[in-house]
Amino acid sequence: MTAVLEVTNIKKSFGGIHAVNGVSFDVQEGEILGLIGPNGCGKSTLFNCILGQLTPSDGEVKVDGKVVTGMRPSELNGLGVSRTFQLLQVFPKLSVRENLILAGQEHQGNMLSRLLGPSDAGLTAAADQMIGFFKLDHLAKEPAGGLSYGQQKLLDAAMAFMGGPRLVLLDEPAGGVNLTMLADLKDRLRAINQEKRATFVVIEHNMEFVMSLCTRVMVMAEGKVLAVGSPAEVRANPAVIEAYLGH
Amino acid sequence: MTAGKYLQIAFGVIVIAALIVVPMNFNRYGLFILSQWAVMTIAAMGLNLTLGYAGQVSLAQGAFVGIGAYAAAIMTSNGLPLIAALGVAIVLCFAIGWILGYPALRVQHHYLAFVTLAFSTLAFLVFRNEDWLTKGIYGISNIPRPEIFGFPTRRPLPFYYLCLGSLGIVSLAVWWLIRSPWGRAFVALRENPVRALSLGIDTRRYTLMAFAIGSALGGVAGTLYAPLTQYVDPVPFSLALSLDLLMMVIVGGSGFFFGPFLGAMIAVLLPEWLRFTQGYYLMLYAVAVILLLIYSPTGILGILDRYMAERRTKAASALRAVAKSRLETAP
Repeated sequence: MTAVLEVTNIKKSFGGIHAVNGVSFDVQEGEILGLIGPNGCGKSTLFNCILGQLTPSDGEVKVDGKVVTGMRPSELNGLGVSRTFQLLQVFPKLSVRENLILAGQEHQGNMLSRLLGPSDAGLTAAADQMIGFFKLDHLAKEPAGGLSYGQQKLLDAAMAFMGGPRLVLLDEPAGGVNLTMLADLKDRLRAINQEKRATFVVIEHNMEFVMSLCTRVMVMAEGKVLAVGSPAEVRANPAVIEAYLGH
Repeated sequence: MTAGKYLQIAFGVIVIAALIVVPMNFNRYGLFILSQWAVMTIAAMGLNLTLGYAGQVSLAQGAFVGIGAYAAAIMTSNGLPLIAALGVAIVLCFAIGWILGYPALRVQHHYLAFVTLAFSTLAFLVFRNEDWLTKGIYGISNIPRPEIFGFPTRRPLPFYYLCLGSLGIVSLAVWWLIRSPWGRAFVALRENPVRALSLGIDTRRYTLMAFAIGSALGGVAGTLYAPLTQYVDPVPFSLALSLDLLMMVIVGGSGFFFGPFLGAMIAVLLPEWLRFTQGYYLMLYAVAVILLLIYSPTGILGILDRYMAERRTKAASALRAVAKSRLETAP
């Protein structure tokens, strides 16, 4: 197995606060790594450092062995790295289908062909397939802003998969999603992971979701890695119980 | 195609036919105003692209109209054809617009407005003070009107058709652009640049493009403005024109394709219609604009859009109610 993502000694401070304080880990191809920890422990900041939204104060990020530290998010996306955000980030005025086409269009052709070529960049079929896959069929033409919160969350996740990414970082995909939809989401993520060999890193507070989906779990506390291991190992780790899971 | 689509096409055909046929009976002044409407619509479409679609505030569109107008005035009065001036104006405005886009990569909203405002003032000073090029406050007069495929456009009606034809071509190009992936990327830029970036959209390049293309359309409008008035001096290209164009976009409906058409109609024609009120017309005009923006901050087309959205919601909830009652009455 090869490491899709290698993170070495990432640090990020805001003023006097060390939000991320020397985190190292790697993710193997096809793995689903869960990232858990109390609020404010630096999970999202770590994501932002990996993805180029923030420049880390120190450390190195490699994707497929290539150093990508400090690269712009759009360039990283071009390398097959995609993400979802903790707060909803769909384009409310565009239809569900347009949102998905938008999410994939920069992976088709070049600037010129995107100007002179077809208006959907040849992605209508792929978008509709994704819509079907995430069970949003009847909503294809609706403006994304009119969807329920849970449906928008599904769309948000679907958008992250449009470019056929190798690595997807999901920031709280289950937050605010009802139980039925949650089962759907988990099912869909697992299917993409197995069929497309896509690798995931998932930040989530819903323990049931994390423990059943992830192959490995990393626990963070106060900007550092507290423990890494299989879901069972992590659940039994006294330090983790103390810091996060509770008795 | 639905009945609504057919209705839209029929409406479009009628409007275009009317724009061609009705002005045949207009006098010189009427044709001048209508040509001015076509020219200002082109400039406002450019600003609508930059501001309405891509969400980048610009108070410099009037300056680009000025650059286009001076390019046309200087070149055609030296015997060069208008089409050459058009090429120069497009390239020049595209390049300057691209450069003006750079501040937009660092600052947004009212900060960006100030940067573009400064540029607008700078351009005005160049028009006024660089006598060797622009003839300063005396301006350039006797600007010739072009021959198009051997047809002279010296008379008002043929020149109006030239303006209308140019508006037609620009409209088709802009329509194509906003429906292309570029148009979608512009909207993404306006609605959520952070998310756009994470989806691989090079927001930097698209921001610069939005500025450059919008400015180039200002230049196109300028190259028609010069032969329309046949006299160019710095005054019409002061900050007031940029503000006027901004108002056209906002009043018509920013981010709507037909917004600039309506906005320019109101800004160019309404003052003429209100002329009978003599001294009061500017006041009435101002009050009308204020009331409109209180009632609908998204402009005239915003009202229409809201009405359509409401109808859709009502239709959808009616469908849901029917489905629900069927479920409840099912055995």
